[in-house]
Order: sequence, then structure tokens, then C-alpha cells
Amino acid sequence: MTTASPPPIKAPIIDASTQEFWDAARRGVLRIKRCADCGAYHYYPRPFCPVCWSTNVAWVDAAGTGTLYTYSIIYANDLPAFRDRVPYVVAIVELDEGPRMETNVVGCPLDEVRVGMRLVVTFEDEGEIVLPRFRPA
Amino acid sequence: MQRRVAIVGAALSDIGRVDDKTAFELVYQGTTRALADAGLPKADVGGFMSGGLGQLAPVEICEYLGIRPSWVEGSMVGGSVWQFMLQHATAAISAGFVDVVVLSYGSTTRSDLKRGLRTSDLVMSTSGPSQFDSPWGITLISRYAMAARRHMAQYGTTIEQLAEIAVSARYNAGLNPDAYYRDPITIDDVQSSRMIADPLTKLHCCIRSDGGGAVVLASEERARDCKSAPVWILGTGEAISHVNMSQWPDFTQTSCVQSGKQAFGRAGVKPSDIDLCCLYDSFTSTVLLTLEGLGFCKPGEGGAFVEDGKLRVGGALPTNPDGGGLSACHPGQRGMFLLVEATKQLRNECGPRQVPNAKLACVNGTGGHLSSTGTVILGKD
Repeated sequence: MTTASPPPIKAPIIDASTQEFWDAARRGVLRIKRCADCGAYHYYPRPFCPVCWSTNVAWVDAAGTGTLYTYSIIYANDLPAFRDRVPYVVAIVELDEGPRMETNVVGCPLDEVRVGMRLVVTFEDEGEIVLPRFRPA
Repeated sequence: MQRRVAIVGAALSDIGRVDDKTAFELVYQGTTRALADAGLPKADVGGFMSGGLGQLAPVEICEYLGIRPSWVEGSMVGGSVWQFMLQHATAAISAGFVDVVVLSYGSTTRSDLKRGLRTSDLVMSTSGPSQFDSPWGITLISRYAMAARRHMAQYGTTIEQLAEIAVSARYNAGLNPDAYYRDPITIDDVQSSRMIADPLTKLHCCIRSDGGGAVVLASEERARDCKSAPVWILGTGEAISHVNMSQWPDFTQTSCVQSGKQAFGRAGVKPSDIDLCCLYDSFTSTVLLTLEGLGFCKPGEGGAFVEDGKLRVGGALPTNPDGGGLSACHPGQRGMFLLVEATKQLRNECGPRQVPNAKLACVNGTGGHLSSTGTVILGKD
């Protein structure tokens, strides 16, 4: 008998405007959007630029590197998919391109997580989706 | 403003442990008690607002109450919604669309959890923008914890300073016979309680209770005829920032920086004029950010500001004299309780927890996960 793994994370409802983000994650690439008119990068991805409302936006590969803006270590979550994963780190990572992401920090002892630490993206297969998470650079 | 507007009635429904009533019944209780407090009959209710309860809010709750007001509102921006609605109602009364508006809330969060009708953690949505949130398992409490963590990293604020906010709230609750928890606690008690989302332990978090309440707003002409002394709405402001935490520009500043500036500006007063605060204390970190954002102290100085017990009744800035959401009552949308407590304080009706000579109160609701803020300045004649 094998150890039961936690129930899968509920897959998000992906739409035409976000399909490429999730497909790229499965290929091991972090993609964000950039506006060809004002030059702003944005995340989460929209089919327009949230800064200037231009629709002249395109997917670009992010470097996948960034800095930890803030985090929390979760010890209690009664949702089935997360109940048995505690403790785990939730984080806001500031990408080197500028936008921030909600994500997790993995591959780091809990007492070594620090605001300001350098991080690099890593992709973890959660079954229906592949999630970009971050580990120490 | 065209016409001055006042809070003329305020009341709580049953609060605390309410196992024998629905949220709808609590709305009935709060509404009728607040109208009785104002000395106004059912027939005078020209406008009604509810915070998301029931279908087509507030249509179903009006149907339940047997009223058909010609002016209704059902904004939903989280627990600060009562400050938002108060601004909207004030504008409508001021402009002459309606004379008397009831804002009424009821919730049985505690009882619903106990009966397994809901879970503690919730997935609000997995579609649209929420697909970039829900898969990473970010809980509600951890969102506030991330704000606390950022403040600590950026300014050197300590978790013990934040804990004093919970200790002060409990001190105040000890003066309030209706508070859910009243036994004094220490900073050590706060820090040794169960870790929920580091750095926030259980006692940094608001309690879960049942409860409701209502306030009645009226135009100056109507206010003069009411049973209770009017509590004037001197200034209001509302602002929003984010749902997805990645879109919040600065985790040390809530949008109360904007809503507070509006409210203080419209009232023509400044933080140093204020006698007492009722600030949404969903978590200790919420209060810290609010005190700084409203200008009671400078950015980064909130920790030092609260650590000497200023927030206690008898302190330099009595805040949440009833014990707040941290100790007294928190069914989910605490913004209503802030308004009821501030009104009763300004009417000098609060017994042992009464702030002496309270003439000017600052109320600030914070909703969602530090997502929306509404600020209200209240005063008496």
C-alpha cells in the first residue's frame, strides 16, 4: 500500500485569454504579457494592457527570476487539497520584469525563507495543471 | 452636501452564540431595534441596504421583512460594505432621493460552521482572474499575514507589537458584558496560541461569532424629531485596491490612505482631533496598517504607536472600546458593529467602556483581504 497523496488541486477554469499561460507552464516556460504601445509588462494576463487599455499586447517569456516581496507559512487550511500539505509557503514574488505573482516557495527550509531572497521559477505537475512555483536561486 | 445627514438609530441583534435564529431573523431584530431606538415606525423606512444576504440582495430580505422601499442598495465589497453603503445613503438622503434609510446586517457564521454548513477556508472562484489565485492555496488569513510580514521586514515592526493590539482589544472587551471573550490575555498568550499563518497565531485573528445589527440614517429635518440624539455624518470616503494579492501595490498601505483623506477632508478635521476610533480589526495587522494609513501615526511607526496601550479605553486613542472583532463580535462583516459602537459611544451610552467626553469618532472598515476601505467621521452636537 502506498501513502495516500493529497486530493488534487482543483484545476482552474481556463479560458481563451489564459490558455497560453497554462500551456507554457506545462512546457516549463513562465509567460507574462507586454504592451507594445506603453511597454508595460503585466501579470496576471489580460487580453489588453491594464495600464493603458491598449489591446496591442503580446505574450513574452519571463526570465523566471525574481525577489521575494512577502510570504506566510500556512499551518491551517481545511480545504481537502491543501489540508495535508501544511506547513507550506505562500508568497508574493516580484518578477525581474516588474509584475508580482501569487505563488509558493518550495525547496527551501521554512526557517530560511526571507523577504528579499532571490528566487527562480520551478514547475510542478499537479495533474490537471502545472504550477509555476519558486525556489531559492 | 445639500442636506445634513445623521445616524438616528443604532442597535445590535442578538450576538455571540445564536443557534436558534437565522441570519434573516437577526436582520429583523436589528432593524426593528434600531428603528425603535430612533422612534421611527416601519412605514417611515424609505430606503434599505443589506450586505449580500439572500437572493438579489437586498430584494429577498426586503420581501422577508415585508417592506418595498423605493430606494435600495446591495454593494458587496466585503466587511467594509457598511461604510460604503453609509456614504451612498448619505449622498442619496443629502440629495433628497430618500429621507430615512436602514442599513441592516445579520450573520450566523459561527453557528453555520458548527453545523458543518460551511468550511472555514473557502474557494471563492476558480475562473477569470481567480484562476491566478486559487491553485496556490493562499488562505484568507495568510493574506493578512503577508501584510504583517512585509511590515515587519520593511520597518522592523515586531510580532509582539502587533500582539499588543489583540491584548488591548481583550482589555476593552473586559469592560463590555456582551463581548464574546472577556478574560484578560498577555502578549505571551497571543504568541503561544496556535500558529495559523505565520506570523499570525490564532489570537492575532478575529473571532467567529454570530450576530447582526442595524443603523438608521435620516435627513436633518427628520433627525430633529427622532427619539435619540443625532450622530452627524461629518465626512465619508471609500476606496478599493485589489482582490488578487499580486495587484496590491504596497502591502504596508491599505486604500484607507485615500478613503481617510477624503473623509477627514470632507469633515474638516484631522486625526489629532479624534476622541475614539472604531477600526475593523479582522487581524492585528489590519489595525496597524489602518492607524498608519489614516494618519494617526507615520508609516512604519504603528508598532511603537500601539505598544504602550494607547488603544485601550483610558489610553490616548481608545480604539474598539467594545473589544472589537478580535474579542467581542465578528460574524463576518464587522463594519456594521463599528458604526453601532461609535454611535453609542458618541451618545454616551456605553457604561464601563464609555470613552469620556467622546465628541468625534473615526470609523474605518476594511473589507475582503485588505481589498476595500470606507472611512466615516462621526460627531455629535
